[in-house]
Amino acid sequence: METVEQIRDRLLARFPAAAVAVVTNPGAAAEHALLLDATHAREIAEFLRDDPVLRLDYCSNVTGIDWPEKEITDTVKTTVADPAGGPAKVVETKTVRVEPGYFEAVYFLYSMAKKHGPVIVRLRTANRTDAVTLPSLTPVWRSCDFQEREIFDLFGIVFTGHPDLRRLLLWDEFVDHPMRKDYVEPDDYEWEPTAHGDVLARAQAHQAAVAAAAAAAPSAAMPVVNPTPSAS
Amino acid sequence: MTDAEREELRRHGILLTSLEELYNWGRSNSIWPIQFGLACCAIEMIAAATARFDIARFGAEIFRPSPRQADLMIVSGTVTKKMAPLVVRLWNQMPEPKYCIAMGACAISGGPFKQGYSVLKGIDRFLPVDIYIPGCPPRPEALLNGLIKLQEKIKGEKLTGPNAARHVRADVNNEHPIPEYGAHDLVPSKNTALWSPPAPPTA
Repeated sequence: METVEQIRDRLLARFPAAAVAVVTNPGAAAEHALLLDATHAREIAEFLRDDPVLRLDYCSNVTGIDWPEKEITDTVKTTVADPAGGPAKVVETKTVRVEPGYFEAVYFLYSMAKKHGPVIVRLRTANRTDAVTLPSLTPVWRSCDFQEREIFDLFGIVFTGHPDLRRLLLWDEFVDHPMRKDYVEPDDYEWEPTAHGDVLARAQAHQAAVAAAAAAAPSAAMPVVNPTPSAS
Repeated sequence: MTDAEREELRRHGILLTSLEELYNWGRSNSIWPIQFGLACCAIEMIAAATARFDIARFGAEIFRPSPRQADLMIVSGTVTKKMAPLVVRLWNQMPEPKYCIAMGACAISGGPFKQGYSVLKGIDRFLPVDIYIPGCPPRPEALLNGLIKLQEKIKGEKLTGPNAARHVRADVNNEHPIPEYGAHDLVPSKNTALWSPPAPPTA
């Protein structure tokens, strides 16, 4: 099978307007990926599926990744000559830059016809808040259907062109996306024999708030948390 | 007549019994569980039905695909909050007399997922559980042991008097409210008529 670099070069020749980059994997498996831009992802995906050399006709897995905003410290070493004529000094200048966060959808492609793979394709959203839209590849590979729904459910990436984009694992009324790294679990834990430390403190604060609300408006209080639990 | 006299008669081949005993004996040896599994415990439940363990020895081999024909619900596996209203609905559709076995750590308490956002912390928040079977998952022998304990419970049920069983009493309604899906949890998160949390430590 062609290497990722060869595929990238062919894609760039075929789609001159597209931005295709290779994301290297420093791990032992060295599964390098193709990073596609969202505008050309659909046509590149169709090309990867239909190209007679590649024939990537099977998408085995789609997964989401949350990359939160992170600080990167760049260190630049410069050699400064000593004016007194001594040995040159090495000065390190550190600059801190903030890389904005984004979500990533990773597609693992195999070829059943050619018996090769995987070719890994990544798509990135513009940011983690308001521009979280990616093109759906379900029209290209049907097996992406449930997995893109799962990513929508847990990460909140909106796949345009998906035939049936609904929550998959959680219920429709659920608020928030629990696999995001900044997800904060709700406080409505009851006290349990296993609750301890921070969980117990949060639960007690929540129960006190609910009890106060119930005392303020007894008619509107829902029996979500029993304010006076009986000892069993 | 005392139990000892009855045993004496039984040794001589004379079987004297009460209608209650006969009725409970018949019910306890013809339990029809609902064919219903949620997670890994369901695999152990299936194993209990195979020839090696053979739940048929206890008259409970007819796993019914319809709740209308079942009288035992084995809640075998992790009950997610998304699944819990459907479990309660199935329970409501089962006719009395009916019994509930919570099989495995997840069904009892949420198990390893207890502090998760998506898993119900025990089915006894919504259903009246008769038998708890600990384990993760319990082996088929443990399920059979739970079944035997349930049979003992059925055999001890009273049909008359103030301690009569639930299914012969007209004043007990065993249809439980089905919770709604909320923003983070089920609303309400428990059936307060059945379950209330233990008191927090006072220390």
